[in-house]
Amino acid sequence: MSAETQPLTSLKIGAAATVSEIKLHPEHRGRLLEMGLLVGTQVQLVRFAPMGDPVEIKVRGYHLTLRRHDAEQIWVRSAD
Amino acid sequence: MEMRPQLEEGRPAIETESRTNRPAQAKTAPLCVVLTGNPNSGKTTLFNALTGLRARVGNYAGVTVERKEGRFQGSPPNLPITVLDLPGTYSLSPQSLDEQIVRDVLLRRLAEAPLPALVVVVVDASNLERNLYFASQVIELGYPTIIALNMTDVAEKIGQRVDARQLAAALGVPVVPMVASTGSGLKELKQKIVEMVRAPAPRAAIPSFCRLPAAFAAEVETLAKMISGASNRAEALLLLSDEKLISAATMEIRQAAAAGRQRLEKGGIDWRGAAIEGRYASVSAIQQAVTAAADGPEETFSDRVDRIVTHKIWGMAIFLGIMAVMFLTIFSFAQLPMDLLQGLFRATGDFVGRLIPPGDLQELVVKGVIQGVGAVVVFLPQICLLFLFIGLLEDTGYMARAAFLMDRMMSKVGLHGKSFIPMLSSFACAIPGIMATRTIETRKDRLVTILVAPLMSCSARLPVYTVLIAACLPGGILVQSATMLSMYLLGIVVALGMAWVFKKTLLKGETPMLVMELPPYKRPLLRIALRHTWDRSKLFLRRAGTVILGINILLWFLASYPRHAGTQNGSPPGPQSAAQAGARLRGSFAGMAGRAIEPLIAPLGFDWKIGIGIVSSFAAREVFVSTMSIVYNVAEGSDEATHTRDLAQVMREQKRANGRPVYSTLASITLMVFYVLALQCVSTVAVVRRETNSWKWPLFQWLYMGALAWVFAFATYQGGRLLGMG
Repeated sequence: MSAETQPLTSLKIGAAATVSEIKLHPEHRGRLLEMGLLVGTQVQLVRFAPMGDPVEIKVRGYHLTLRRHDAEQIWVRSAD
Repeated sequence: MEMRPQLEEGRPAIETESRTNRPAQAKTAPLCVVLTGNPNSGKTTLFNALTGLRARVGNYAGVTVERKEGRFQGSPPNLPITVLDLPGTYSLSPQSLDEQIVRDVLLRRLAEAPLPALVVVVVDASNLERNLYFASQVIELGYPTIIALNMTDVAEKIGQRVDARQLAAALGVPVVPMVASTGSGLKELKQKIVEMVRAPAPRAAIPSFCRLPAAFAAEVETLAKMISGASNRAEALLLLSDEKLISAATMEIRQAAAAGRQRLEKGGIDWRGAAIEGRYASVSAIQQAVTAAADGPEETFSDRVDRIVTHKIWGMAIFLGIMAVMFLTIFSFAQLPMDLLQGLFRATGDFVGRLIPPGDLQELVVKGVIQGVGAVVVFLPQICLLFLFIGLLEDTGYMARAAFLMDRMMSKVGLHGKSFIPMLSSFACAIPGIMATRTIETRKDRLVTILVAPLMSCSARLPVYTVLIAACLPGGILVQSATMLSMYLLGIVVALGMAWVFKKTLLKGETPMLVMELPPYKRPLLRIALRHTWDRSKLFLRRAGTVILGINILLWFLASYPRHAGTQNGSPPGPQSAAQAGARLRGSFAGMAGRAIEPLIAPLGFDWKIGIGIVSSFAAREVFVSTMSIVYNVAEGSDEATHTRDLAQVMREQKRANGRPVYSTLASITLMVFYVLALQCVSTVAVVRRETNSWKWPLFQWLYMGALAWVFAFATYQGGRLLGMG
């Protein structure tokens, strides 16, 4: 283990990390995986919406939005 | 509401055999090229380029998923080809109704859909990896396939140069690089399509793009043996990795798939995730091999725009600004063409009136037909502008940002940002809005969105608001626009409130998960935007020429008959006194209906003549305008001077028995509030019935909206009176 894991939402704005675990229920995470968000995938936290939710991330070169509540279940490991 | 694919049990998913019969078929039916791909891959632009903007839009039986078909431009004379545009899809494991249709067409589960002779997968070169996920699933189905590698210009701008030849080799199918929006590469694609349709290149073996654990691969092989057709492996993989794919196969196969999943689970394999991971591993490798990545710009154009458009303060300001500009534009820019149209109908009425001798026929033609239909058609410029605005918001990619900004608010009422798009579309018309709910994954949320969507003020309310505002609101364009905007806001607020109520009571459920792409901004193609505006406006005109014309003729009869002593048919034609005419209307069938509901609407400040308008506009809201035009014209008799005046003017002059105006400011606002909330639209009721597959929901919707309209109107009128208005 090179670095600590943390929820995706606690990354700094603009920071990139690697997905280490997706704690969402298998039945609900199907579409998330199909959109390319898998364990081992690089993600970047782009921004939060003006009212704090949802969150915008960059994954495999495109932009995706998720609710903060769901994004908190995605754990990442910082690149450094 | 669930799709029920018309499955013929035991039928092989893809009939490879029939492909060899194609030359015999060609003489009878045109061959079908299916266009598929991810949302935002430029599929629609390509479809327009291939078919020359002449699409036939229909629906799949039982659902309102749009079925867009067009004739292929440039097919050889003896080889007619049609292009079928499928809704944008991320995967063959559907999450929404839209995606279900794509799967069912491609897996041949829809009896009505033609057998695809060729599949063109549109792939966004600037977002290659995720696009290849779906493309590789389609290739595995074994159809003759072409990859249209679109948006190569955008890809190069961000430093991604894709080698089409290498990609073709990796995928085992032809790849045509192109830019659909400029037409670059279009000729080559068309050539390739004709070439492939004429003589499909034999595909030696259908490749697999999914690296599976050995145990999983073995299960796929076992299950594939039970399925016939060239796509048996692809289908077995889909069955094993998606437990919801139950309607897909025979009982025997379903049971075998379930048993296979159980075995995998025991072996510690996540069958839901393994297939997805395996496929991404494979397409990711392909993407890296075929893309020469140079350093792109640090920040793309979209990134820079988004920095402002989704900014905490600027983003909200821009959103409200866009809405405000939209309504101001609709008001001010549309005025001139509307005046011209009004003049045209007036002149036509006068001209025709002179050709026909005075009497019933003249009245019917001039007042019932020309002025009645004219009163509605006059609003065409406003409606065109509204459709153009909504279309541009969709085409540029702003709509997704609006959903991003508004999601928090939507989640507060238990819906998600995706419900915002159908609601925004409902500003144009509830019908496309309700159809847009097909992208919402969960049934309950879809239903809630359908139930509240017609509360958004649609374009058919626009004529009603405009006439009432013009008739009774003092002040300039700013006050008038503000009034208009508040009617729209009222609809929005009530819609959100009702959504919250429904999610708490009737349709309880968790707030759904949001997984939404924010596509890069695109410059909209004006030609296409105008075309769409025209297509949608045409529906409005057609309605004016059919339904509304019919209602007008009927209404004229109802407002003119039965005739009583003194105004009998036999009486000499000629001008009537206003009193006579008023009595005539009062005694007519329409007058009777209006008076019958008067007790119900009197507490809202409406008289029986407005009652006629309310009753008749349960068919369609804009009928109110033509109804009032007919009602007041009939009531005023047929002296030349009155029948050519502006409706707003006539309404302003209506007086009650006590000399007070019928359309006081308060009464007009109350009437508008009623129109904001009541479900007065037969077409919406019909669409909701079709969408929900029962009469229960449209009936419920009609009743709850009617009750809401009455209560709010009552509160407005009585509250206003207490405050000393009216």
